[in-house]
Amino acid sequence: MRDLTEISNPYSDGKIIDSCSIFGMMDTSGKCFSGKDITKAIGNMHFRGNGLGGGFAIYGLYPEYADYYAFHIMYLSKDSQNQVESFLKENFHVVVTDEIPTQPTPAIINPPLVWRYFLEVDMGKCVLQEPDDYVTEKVMQINTCMDGAFVFSSGKNMGVFKGVGYPEEIAEYFCLNDYQGYLWTSHGRFPTNTRGWWGGAHPFNILDWTVVHNGEISSYGINYRCLEQFGYLCTMQTDTEVVAYIIDLLMRKHGLPIEIVAKIMAPPFWDDIERLPQDERELLIALRQVYSSMLLNGPFTIIIAHQGEMIGFTDRIRLRPLTVGVKGSMLYLSSEEASIRLISPDLDKAWIPMGGEPIIGRLATENQKQFITGVTEVRTGNKLR
Amino acid sequence: MKTYIPNKFIVDRDPERCIQCQVCVNQCSFDANYYDAEDDEVKSREENCVGCHRCVVFCPTQALTIRKNPLDYRENFNWRPEVIEDILKQAESGAMILTGMGNDKGYRVYWDHLVLNASQVTNPSIDPLREPMELTTYLGSKPDKVELDSNNLKLKTKLAPQVKLDIPVIFAAMSYGAVSINVHESLARAATEAGTLWNTGEGGLHSKLYKYGANTIVQVASGRFGVHQNYLDAGSIVEIKIGQGAKPGIGGHLPGEKVSSEVSLTRMIPQGTDALSPAPQHDIYSIEDLAQLVYSLKEATNYEKPISVKIAAVHNSAAIASGMVRAGADIIVLDGFRGGTGATPKIIRDNVGIPIELALASVDSRLRAEGIRNRASIVVSGGIRNSGDVAKAIALGADAVYIGTAALVALGCTLCQQCHTGKCAWGICTNNLTLTKRINPDIGSRRLANLLRGWSLELKDILGGMGLNALESLRGNRLSLRGIGLTDTELKILGVKMAGD
Ligand code: SF4
Ligand code: SF4
Repeated sequence: MRDLTEISNPYSDGKIIDSCSIFGMMDTSGKCFSGKDITKAIGNMHFRGNGLGGGFAIYGLYPEYADYYAFHIMYLSKDSQNQVESFLKENFHVVVTDEIPTQPTPAIINPPLVWRYFLEVDMGKCVLQEPDDYVTEKVMQINTCMDGAFVFSSGKNMGVFKGVGYPEEIAEYFCLNDYQGYLWTSHGRFPTNTRGWWGGAHPFNILDWTVVHNGEISSYGINYRCLEQFGYLCTMQTDTEVVAYIIDLLMRKHGLPIEIVAKIMAPPFWDDIERLPQDERELLIALRQVYSSMLLNGPFTIIIAHQGEMIGFTDRIRLRPLTVGVKGSMLYLSSEEASIRLISPDLDKAWIPMGGEPIIGRLATENQKQFITGVTEVRTGNKLR
Repeated sequence: MKTYIPNKFIVDRDPERCIQCQVCVNQCSFDANYYDAEDDEVKSREENCVGCHRCVVFCPTQALTIRKNPLDYRENFNWRPEVIEDILKQAESGAMILTGMGNDKGYRVYWDHLVLNASQVTNPSIDPLREPMELTTYLGSKPDKVELDSNNLKLKTKLAPQVKLDIPVIFAAMSYGAVSINVHESLARAATEAGTLWNTGEGGLHSKLYKYGANTIVQVASGRFGVHQNYLDAGSIVEIKIGQGAKPGIGGHLPGEKVSSEVSLTRMIPQGTDALSPAPQHDIYSIEDLAQLVYSLKEATNYEKPISVKIAAVHNSAAIASGMVRAGADIIVLDGFRGGTGATPKIIRDNVGIPIELALASVDSRLRAEGIRNRASIVVSGGIRNSGDVAKAIALGADAVYIGTAALVALGCTLCQQCHTGKCAWGICTNNLTLTKRINPDIGSRRLANLLRGWSLELKDILGGMGLNALESLRGNRLSLRGIGLTDTELKILGVKMAGD
């Protein structure tokens, strides 16, 4: 079995430490737009990264193949590509295969091959198992057992593009101006020690969930041990991986809504809980009792996205920045307000949410008019403008 | 028979300072100081001195110094003075040697080989003077997940009973009889003030302390002394005591002299009779028997209180602990071999059991490997000396710690190890009324509550330094520990990396 730490964590540190810029934008009316603006916005936070990782996640990306799992896979060699492709053929119906178009970019040196596949789960093989679980298992198999290959993304109607470089360079390399989506997130990375590895860049993905994250989670040591109890092996020693697994466990397996999940990862203080009405108090006390080991302690801001939804929040005492901007049906989440204003100078509202308070953007539907939620939006949104 | 055992201490009384006030004569319950009326001079019988320092502290002119009697035997690493003297004692008495307190041998203290982390640059430390810092802990069994009413986000899962601690430090079991009522009252009041718990030990709960029930753990041990419905109802946790770190596998013996009328009432045994706790609980000869007692106590308390089970840390603690959790224990208590006692055979105290650090690490790892760690809280005891030890225990995986010896030290104990004699000069481990009044519950509870306050401030500093603001983020977080001077095997069992790695 291939030791992933060989690649992502050459010095076997207990955990990879990094910090970064994050940006997310979503048109809650579902209208698609190109990568031009987000590249400009994340590029404006150039100095928050150090050129060792940049990436983008795009939703609504492949409407013509919306029913197929879209795999973006990175290869270090032709051999590994052959090996993975025969593995895919064994386990899936491969509908389309193509190489992801790139253009020569001076800053991008020695890039791996990156290919795209549209796959249908082979229902003959996937018995007694949800297709999502089947896909997760296969992705883990490729990532941990196959040399020189790594799955960037594996969701439907979405995709991740990432690599070693500043995010604006990655955007140029993958020609992101040519793609359209209604929800984009991006990330510029500043790892303190890892030599560049394309798979280590963000967004981190499993199925159609992506996480971009700016932080250094001090409670990592217990978070990963707790996840182990639920069968998740944290092989990459990154906070982002821990965040992604907690979300997968709580939302997909335990069926909790994101509002509750945010209260588990960034819970209110006991003193504040005491002052709440009884029902809410009982709920929050129980959440802290039961999920105490999933509290993410220490500085972080995360933007989580999946089909139709983008969520951003910070740690409970907001040790890392997050600014929210709203313009019409557009929701922006950013490490810095300047980046939002650069691409949308005339915002309806801009504010800094309270620590731990989730800001949620959802695709508007007929019966769901309120598409952006967040308490301080109502309370302080106008004042901070 | 002439004893061949030389005196252990020299009582040095500075004649220039001594004013013949006889305070030391009155304070020494071991009869080591006396007044010689003929010479009009206070003198000492040094062979009686146990080095408890009671006289030193109370001498108004600081005339006294207690020194070790150097006793320069010919050097021998095998036949050390203690070994020789123990043989002499037995040659003269033909008895087992009894002693008090926990294992005092030079076994490795693992706490002293573990160091904690702090935040630098990549994550900020948090200043507890400016930011909230949470030590709140809930003891009790937790489910793996909660379920909600989907339409109104209300809690659907009903949790097993949980008991709240404002600081993860509890006073360990010390029975009424072994210690005095004043000690019990001091512990109960301090626990109430500090928002934590104290433990009755196996001798029942004196009627005047029932009012502190919400902060009380009531113990059910092999002698079942003082156990009745009101007693079970009074406490917030019921603890089944299987074993104790100072004497694993051994029962208890409270001599008849210590069974005063009050003790007799509380223990529900005739005055003046020896109170013998059998070595095992005679209704527990196997794990399924334990399950029956756990569930009978749950039935008796209407499933409203967590049931705790306490064992001594021994070689196969991990497997036993796993069985205890499966037998329905909501809390498991591990007591390491440095845990104290009122009386134990010295040979057992010094040779049986294992260090709590190792037992804790292996039990926490095992319960996690089996996926049942949430089902019980882990409380550890046996040699916890300060808040640094508390933090390290929590990082290894404990939910809370018990302190016994440290609490007694706060009340004056100097670890003279005479607890079994009933003569404790500090008035702690005795029921002699002239001695017990040396503990004034007003002052005793103040001293204990102060200790907890001090530790809680320090714990907050330790947490803040690591960039954490809630205790649960330290619990089981072994990446926050590093080992120094440990072998690979020790590091592996503790689940920590070497410092520098
Ligand atoms: S009070 Fe203690 S230290 Fe002083 S003489 Fe008596 S036994 Fe020795
Ligand atoms: S409790 Fe009393 S007798 Fe026991 S060690 Fe402490 S001071 Fe000595």
